[in-house]
Amino acid sequence: MTWEIVIGLEVHTQLSTNSKIFSGASTAFGAEPNTQADAVSLALPGVLPVLNKGAVERAIKFGLATGAHIAPRSVFARKNYFYPDLPKGYQISQFDLPVVGQGALTVQVEPLSGNAKPYEKTVRITRAHLEEDAGKSLHGDFHGMTGIDLNRAGTPLLEIVSEPDMCSAAEAVAYAKALHTLVRWIGICDGNMQEGSFRCDVNVSVRKPGQPLGTRREIKNLNSFKFMQQAIDYEVQWQIDTIENGGKVQQATVLFNPDTGETRAMRSKEDAHDYRYFPDPDLLPLEIPSEWIERVRGTLPELPQAKQARYVNDLGLSAYDASILTASREIADFFESSVNTLFSQVRSAINLGAAPSAEPYAAKLCANWIIGEVSAQLNRDGKDMSQCPISAQQLGSMLQRIADGTISNSGAKEVFRTMWAEGGTADAIIEAKGLKQVSDSGAIEALVDEIIAANADKVAEYRSGKDKLFGFFVGIAMKASKGKANPAQLNDVLKKKLAG
Amino acid sequence: MIHSSLAQLGAALRAKKISSVELTQGYLDRIATLNPQLNAYVTLNPEMSLAQARGADARFAAGTAEPLTGIPIAQKDIFCAKGWLTTCGSKMLHNFVSPYDAHVIEQFNRAGAINLGKTNMDEFAMGSSNETSHYGPVKNPWDTARVPGGSSGGTAAAVAARLCAAATGTDTGGSIRQPAALCGISGLKPTYGVCSRYGMIAFASSLDQAGPMGRSAEDLALMMNVMAGFDERDSTSLQRAREDYTRDLNKPLSGLRIGLPKEFFAEGMGADVAKAVEAAIAEYKKLGATIVDISLPNSRLSVPVYYVLAPAEASSNLSRFDGVRYGYRAPEYSDLADMYEKSRAQGFGAEVKRRIMIGTYVLSHGYYDAYYLQAQKIRRLIAQDFTEAYKQCDVIMGPTSPSTAFKLGEKGDDPVQMYLSDIYTIAVNLAGLPGMSIPCGFGENNMPVGLQIIGNYFDEARMLNVAHQYQLATDWHNRAPHGL
Repeated sequence: MTWEIVIGLEVHTQLSTNSKIFSGASTAFGAEPNTQADAVSLALPGVLPVLNKGAVERAIKFGLATGAHIAPRSVFARKNYFYPDLPKGYQISQFDLPVVGQGALTVQVEPLSGNAKPYEKTVRITRAHLEEDAGKSLHGDFHGMTGIDLNRAGTPLLEIVSEPDMCSAAEAVAYAKALHTLVRWIGICDGNMQEGSFRCDVNVSVRKPGQPLGTRREIKNLNSFKFMQQAIDYEVQWQIDTIENGGKVQQATVLFNPDTGETRAMRSKEDAHDYRYFPDPDLLPLEIPSEWIERVRGTLPELPQAKQARYVNDLGLSAYDASILTASREIADFFESSVNTLFSQVRSAINLGAAPSAEPYAAKLCANWIIGEVSAQLNRDGKDMSQCPISAQQLGSMLQRIADGTISNSGAKEVFRTMWAEGGTADAIIEAKGLKQVSDSGAIEALVDEIIAANADKVAEYRSGKDKLFGFFVGIAMKASKGKANPAQLNDVLKKKLAG
Repeated sequence: MIHSSLAQLGAALRAKKISSVELTQGYLDRIATLNPQLNAYVTLNPEMSLAQARGADARFAAGTAEPLTGIPIAQKDIFCAKGWLTTCGSKMLHNFVSPYDAHVIEQFNRAGAINLGKTNMDEFAMGSSNETSHYGPVKNPWDTARVPGGSSGGTAAAVAARLCAAATGTDTGGSIRQPAALCGISGLKPTYGVCSRYGMIAFASSLDQAGPMGRSAEDLALMMNVMAGFDERDSTSLQRAREDYTRDLNKPLSGLRIGLPKEFFAEGMGADVAKAVEAAIAEYKKLGATIVDISLPNSRLSVPVYYVLAPAEASSNLSRFDGVRYGYRAPEYSDLADMYEKSRAQGFGAEVKRRIMIGTYVLSHGYYDAYYLQAQKIRRLIAQDFTEAYKQCDVIMGPTSPSTAFKLGEKGDDPVQMYLSDIYTIAVNLAGLPGMSIPCGFGENNMPVGLQIIGNYFDEARMLNVAHQYQLATDWHNRAPHGL
């Protein structure tokens, strides 16, 4: 009998506010230790927390984006424990009354094994609550001592807790990635995993189908999707091996070591804390009136799934193209902006004959170029869309020149390469490089006549039924025109003249 | 000059009959003479006080003085004051010099008042006799063998002995009213949220409230005009328009309905206290008030409820005193846990440790529902009792403390007996209501007795009026300890 894997995630997203969740101290990353720790961050005697409205607004945004219930009244609680980087001796968090209630996220899962097909999976979100981050202990900087940096203490976090709905590393990674995309999409978190802005704790257990849930172990603080997958795979195998060898899995917190690819227990259930949660008497319950929720709803951008559906239904793109173009808000924005640039031109200047309408044509052309050339170049340069050296308007204007027949596809590739490396407008590059294609029917006819005359034997073969030779004629005609002949026109003229 | 009211001092300063520097120096001299006997002050900083006094004199010269400008005010050592040692009566903070001002301190500084010094208090405001202070007990100026009450005992003794013009206190379960009663002065605990808690070292956040202590209701009103006000740095601070607390002082009391809760006049109260309180009620009748018998049925539960909730909050509030960032750190330890344990074991006194242990217990897994949650429910019932009562009366009166000041060491071995000295004051904190204590006579051994006046929410101005009218008709508040 096989094993069933049960996975749940707790994701800590650092909210993109300029100041801390309970004080005015800055949250900027990378400052000298303790230069961004004010009296509240240091927990000086007598200081009190004041809630940052921006953090609440971001939590509301997340709730709305996952179809969750926003609690009209939620409560901040104290989670009490001692640790040197926890200056108050408690963390202000939310316990039984979180700000965001049940929601869900539907994700595309790309199976890791062989030829399995991508599928959709809906992961339920249990809750998301606001809390403050702790500071950082600096081991090693001081001989025999530990330094404390409280710059990060009080940074606002939204902890997003899922139901144990995932049954493979692939599903867990797909969910985490979708969450990562979403929080950046709605602008509540910069998603920088190296700087710890997006960290995942993964709860893993295994069981035989139909059996009650197995004992779980929690893998702490994963800050890369690759590590997450490796850690889950290792942990699952470890748990299965342990049970199959007659052992028992003990509830524990484990850490993943990327160097060895192994997980290792950090503390067992026996040293579990009693956090003595109780409502923080320094903070009033958080009241969120419905008008506030509606105001925030008004600032929410079109979400990835809605965009995908629109791309498929209105623009005629494939589901695959739509999902790639909505992988981040930067890509989607780039796509839409290039379509708009191109579309205005295409609609008026091109007679597409049998084409159903201009917009799907423009959309498909842009999609092909963004998924193709633009992505390839970004990959090659190790950049993401936000660092793209050409603008959507530049790309759109270049694609206009394909649409209106000024340049061929191959000519466009050269324009694109030049634009990428040196900048400039499409028209200037076309002019400078002499890439304008020949659309003058007289010139094309003359060219074709010349080729027919020079290749009488091949013409005879073609006329006797060897259709495949058509490509040969296109090839030499293109070569003769140095690639500038309008391919559609050339095809028409060749067909007509070869027919005799 | 030392017996003058705040209004008289203000007038003398404005008329330049005396300078603030002279006045401040006068009090400092008196403190130098008397404080060794009383131990009312723990920190003096004559240079800083006199520098403020010079600033105040400049304001008189410039004509920008306000009612409290130039007047020496003592501050309970629970308020963080920039550049001042702020110890909260604890060894844990024996070396803590605050880098910032509490909101209340800011307000006094802005008004031009002089910070005369920091007054002694029970450690972290936990105590009813001022015997838990790391700096030793305060002596009651009426009889130095007796306690001044707690936790604002240093403040009460300083006001009673004329070692300052007025002073601040804080009240979590009666810590302004009880020492005011035991030292024969006036003290007001405002409605919860009226004075910001920012910079006031927390004991039990949902109960703590700063308030004025002084020689008369009129003085308290002038103090309130400076201390009260919204502060955005305290989320529980109330956003209300500024009030003039002196506005109603001279209203006649005819028609005033005084509620007397039967539970406050039952067993436990000393006969001498009962006699003085009853005489005060009789005086009020003469002033035109009518008496209404009321009941606060749940008030009998206020002491146990308080000793669940206050320690619960305290156990968490005091976690920050861990030896890591400031304050006391044990000189020797083996590892991190040992550093925490030794620092806290050596830095905290017995009463603080007792409450941290109680608080940790009532919040711990499996006991929260039985103690903390239950106590919160009863707290609501206690508040509802008052809401019902105020349908029948305007203010509630009763004794402040069941007895007059007891002897030093008398209750030291029995914390529960000690806790019962706040039996009449605690319900007011649980409900968040304003309460005050004014002197109303003397009991056995010629020790002062306090009359407690409890008002409805935000009714401070009326309470001050009620107290002031009594003080116009009587002179208990003008009696000073002899021989000092």
